[in-house]
This record gives sequence, C-alpha cells and structure tokens, in this order.
Amino acid sequence: MNAQTQQINSTDIAISVEKLNKWYGRFHVLKDIDLTIHKGEKIVVCGPSGSGKSTLIRCINHLEVHQEGKIIVDGIELNNDVKHIDEIRREVGMVFQHFNLFPHLTILENLTLAPIWVRKMPKKEAETIAMEYLERVKIPEQADKFPGQLSGGQQQRVAIARSLCMNPKIMLFDEPTSALDPEMISEVLDVMISLAESGMTMICVTHEMGFAKQVADRVIFMDAGEIVEQGLPEEFFNNAQNERTKLFLSQILAH
Amino acid sequence: MTSVQHISKPDRLPPISQSGPIAWVRERFFSSIGNTILTFIGLYLLYLIVPPMLNWAILDANISGTDRSVCDANRDGACWTFIKVRIVQIMFGLFYSANPDQIWRPIMAFAILGGLITALLLPWIPKKPYIGAFTIFVFPFIAYALIHGEWLGLKVAESDTWGGLMLTLILAFIGIAAAFPIGIMMALGRQSDLPIIRYLCVLYIELWRAAPLITILFMASVMIPLFFPAELDFDKVLRALIGISLFQSAYTAEAIRGGLQAIPKGQYEAADALGLSYWKKTILIILPQALKISIPGIVNTFITLFKDTSLVSIIALTELTGITRFAAGSLEWKGKLIEGYVFAAFIYWCFCFSMSRYASSLERKLDTSHRN
Repeated sequence: MNAQTQQINSTDIAISVEKLNKWYGRFHVLKDIDLTIHKGEKIVVCGPSGSGKSTLIRCINHLEVHQEGKIIVDGIELNNDVKHIDEIRREVGMVFQHFNLFPHLTILENLTLAPIWVRKMPKKEAETIAMEYLERVKIPEQADKFPGQLSGGQQQRVAIARSLCMNPKIMLFDEPTSALDPEMISEVLDVMISLAESGMTMICVTHEMGFAKQVADRVIFMDAGEIVEQGLPEEFFNNAQNERTKLFLSQILAH
Repeated sequence: MTSVQHISKPDRLPPISQSGPIAWVRERFFSSIGNTILTFIGLYLLYLIVPPMLNWAILDANISGTDRSVCDANRDGACWTFIKVRIVQIMFGLFYSANPDQIWRPIMAFAILGGLITALLLPWIPKKPYIGAFTIFVFPFIAYALIHGEWLGLKVAESDTWGGLMLTLILAFIGIAAAFPIGIMMALGRQSDLPIIRYLCVLYIELWRAAPLITILFMASVMIPLFFPAELDFDKVLRALIGISLFQSAYTAEAIRGGLQAIPKGQYEAADALGLSYWKKTILIILPQALKISIPGIVNTFITLFKDTSLVSIIALTELTGITRFAAGSLEWKGKLIEGYVFAAFIYWCFCFSMSRYASSLERKLDTSHRN
C-alpha cells in the first residue's frame, strides 16, 4: 500500500455508509442507510427477517450491488471498479450462515486456497498460517478431512479460519450460528468472542443476544430496510426507545 | 441427590433372517405374490432365450477354415470364420486390408494411445497434466503420421480408405477431445452475466442441437465444398470430424450446464468474498464441482457419440458398422450380416461399457460429500 492511501486510512474509520439505497426489482430493501464503523468496533445487527440486515452487510463486500449512496471501506470507495471490489474483498472476510466451505477440497486446502491464489503466498507458508488458525479455532486434527466429514460447528469454525487466513481488517458475520444445532452454537461463539477480544473490526448479523451483550460496542436494530435504533448493548436491551424495537426484543427474549 | 450411572448395552448383530443369503433372495425375488410371479416369468424367458443363443453363438458355431465351406456345411451355428478372415478389414478398413503388411502402423498408434490412457487412469503415475496435454495436443499428430504415412515416408493411406474400428475410434476420440473444451466454454458462456456472450452461446448450442447429426454430416460433406473453391478441397474425414465435434460440443455444453446450475450460490459467494477473480473462481471452485456432477451426463453424450459415429457411412466413410456391411456384402460372404452385426455390436458394447464403468469409478473417487 502506498503512502497516499495510508494517509487517507489514518483516520480511524473502517467503514462508512452514506444514504445507501437498494432495491430488489421494485422492492425497496435498504432505505437511506447511514452508518459509520470505527476500527476495532464490534457491531451486532439484529432485526426481523426481511429487514435488510443481511443485505446491508453483503453490500459492504459487494456481494450485493447497491443502486444509490456511497460505501467506503478502509478508505476505498466501493463502486463498479473491479479493482476496488477486489481490493476491498481482500481486506474484508465473510462468514456465511451455511458455511459455504468448498466441498471438493480438504480443510487445509480450503484455508490455503485464497492466500495462495489471491495473495500469491508460497504454499508452505500458507499451510503454516492455515495450521495456526486451525489451532486457534481448536480443530488442527481435522486438517486433512473434507468438509462433509465435519459437524456443523466445526465447519463454521473452519469457515472463520478460512477468512482469517487472508488476514482481513474487517470481518462480516451473516447469521453464523443460525444453521447450527443448539449444542454447537457456543463453540462458534467462543471463537467469535476470542476474535473480538483480539481487536478485530466485526459486524455480526445475529440473534445471539448473549453474544451481543458480551462483546458488542453497539447494537443496531433494523426493520423494513431502515436502521430504527442503535446504541450500547445495555441501553439497547434495557431501555429501547422505539416501539418496533421493544416488540422485537419482547419476541426474541420471551423464552 | 444420588446419581445413577448408565451402563450402555453392547451392540448385537441383526437377526440372521434379515441378513443371510436366504433373506437376500427372499427380499429381492419373492417379496410379494406379484414379484414371485414376475420372478418365474423372468426365469421362463431366460430359459427360452439363453440356451438357443448359446448354441448359436458358441456351442454350434464355426470358426475353422478360411472360406465359407465350413459354414455352409453347418448352418445351425454362427459363422465366425467370416469375422476371422475379415478381421483386419473390420479393424482397420480398406487400405490396411489391402496392405496387411502395414497394419503395424495403426496398431502402434493405438498402442501408444492405450499406454497414454493407462498412464492417465493409474493413480500412482505422476505428472498427469503433462500426459493429458500430450494425449490431446501431440498424440493426434503422431497418430496421423503413422496412419496416413506421408509424413514418415510410408505408403500413403488416404483418409477415405481408412475404416473399421480404427476410424470409429479416431472419430470418437477426436470428437470427444475437441468437444469437451468447447462444451465447457459454451456452458460457462451461457451462464455469463454479459448478454452478448450469453446470447451467442445460446445461439451456438441451440443451432447445433436442433440439427440431426446426419444432416450436419451431409452438409459437411456435400454442401460445404459447394461454397469453397475446388482447390480448397479439404479432407473428408476432417470435415466429418469438424461436424461431429461442433455437434457434440453443444450436447457436452448442456450436460455441463446442468452441473453448473447444481452448484449452490453460496459457493460463488464464498469464492467472491475471498477475492478470487472470475477465472480463478471458475477453475478452482466451480468447474471441479460442476464437472463431477455432470459426469453421468457427459459420459452419456460420449457414449451416444461413440455409437453415432456409425452415421458417417452416409458420406461414404466405412467405419465399424459401414465396413461390416461392406464385408458381409461381398460375394464371398453374402448372407453373413448377422454375424457381422453381432460382432460389431459386441465391440461397441465393450467400449461403451468400459466408458460407463470408468465414469462410475471416477464418480466414486471424486465423491467427497460423505453422504451415506
């Protein structure tokens, strides 16, 4: 990275979203979203299904294309310039609800693929780094297996390790525990908590409110394509202002 | 509070009545009254068909001698003498049956091919990509040099005198090898986000798929020369090959497209999110999975092509089927068409069956889904 971009980055803003609008056909999914995320900040996004929360974070690495507004990630503006898109994707890791591991590759190959082919890292070095991350998510012994041989919780931890191997500055989590059996949720959340403690900038779409209380710097509530309310976790959970937020919280915290 | 320790029960084998050979037979052949009746009807049909066939093809068959006198003396069985006498013609066509001292040339070509394919199939042989590239890009020229002969200063075998199984294999092998990469490109193009590429690929695929192969061969042979000056008279086998390859590539493309469509969207997204470019994503993530899924469909089109090469007899090329009809039409062996066709069918079956077996072993080998 050259000195000039370094300077732009010297502000502590990781992501800034201004007046973001997106439509699926005629359906207006995101309405005038404004959001600034600082480096090292951990954001939890929640809201009812169809509220646009997944779409929002998928806009950040251009898996979804926005029609209006401005997204700046790590000092780079996200537009249709393929170079910018590639640059941003190298710096932004993403974890999906359904893991999306590559089933034809071993766990180790899943982890080393992008470092080797995108970062042009020598294979040996990529494997060393991959093994370090597998240690960190506590499954180094699975390195030579295929994704289909692992449990859901293990697969999701591999998916997190796969993203981390690219040494991203920002991590996006799109409902990472929603497809897991209940007994596997905590092993994934533990990995996410330790990642948060290491200072990673994180945006998590999740309904794990315990996780939100423990690590989030800010909780954002979305409904019908808008950010309805945001605040510190304790304020958000104990003292929500908006009726829609209160209704949502009463529904998910009822049990 | 006292805690109770749970002692797990040991595993037992299932009862013998559900796992032994008697259970196996009962479950498969006599599971209901209807199935029992079908089993007996099946056995009766086998009794009607198999013994007479065995008698004709093996027990009463003739294979001695070098002319039809033996066969004429014993008309109950098949006349394999015909095949034995004409085997060079059926294998290598007219030129080589007229010049039997030259048959080492095609034999050598196919021995090299056999060696290359064996090397590709054996798991412990290294450098497969190089062997594969050699087979596809270099071997055809070696084979042409040997079979045609001009480049090596051998007696020239013009391509319209090639024939028999040799020509069938040439047409099928080159047709498959050329159609496969074109098919992949067309299938990818049909999925492209760029409308012009997409429409061109759709047009290409639908154009070739909508025409029967026999029409394409006829056009390649008869009509194309009408549009080109007479000096530009290129080889008849080459023209057939181009027609077959283009026709075949459309089918291969559709088989591969089926595989591409079966790849979950998440695979594309995960590759995108990691920053892989379109070609890296396609080659490293999408195609390996899509091709694996399309193996049954691709092999199906290859088997179809292998048999469809018999249609080149419409443009007077004598591949396996054509040469069989030719041989059985000779004065010497008149009336031996059945033996000829049974033999040709057997050869077709051997090749198609091996392709199908290899495909299923490949499918098993590549299966990393670990579903039960």
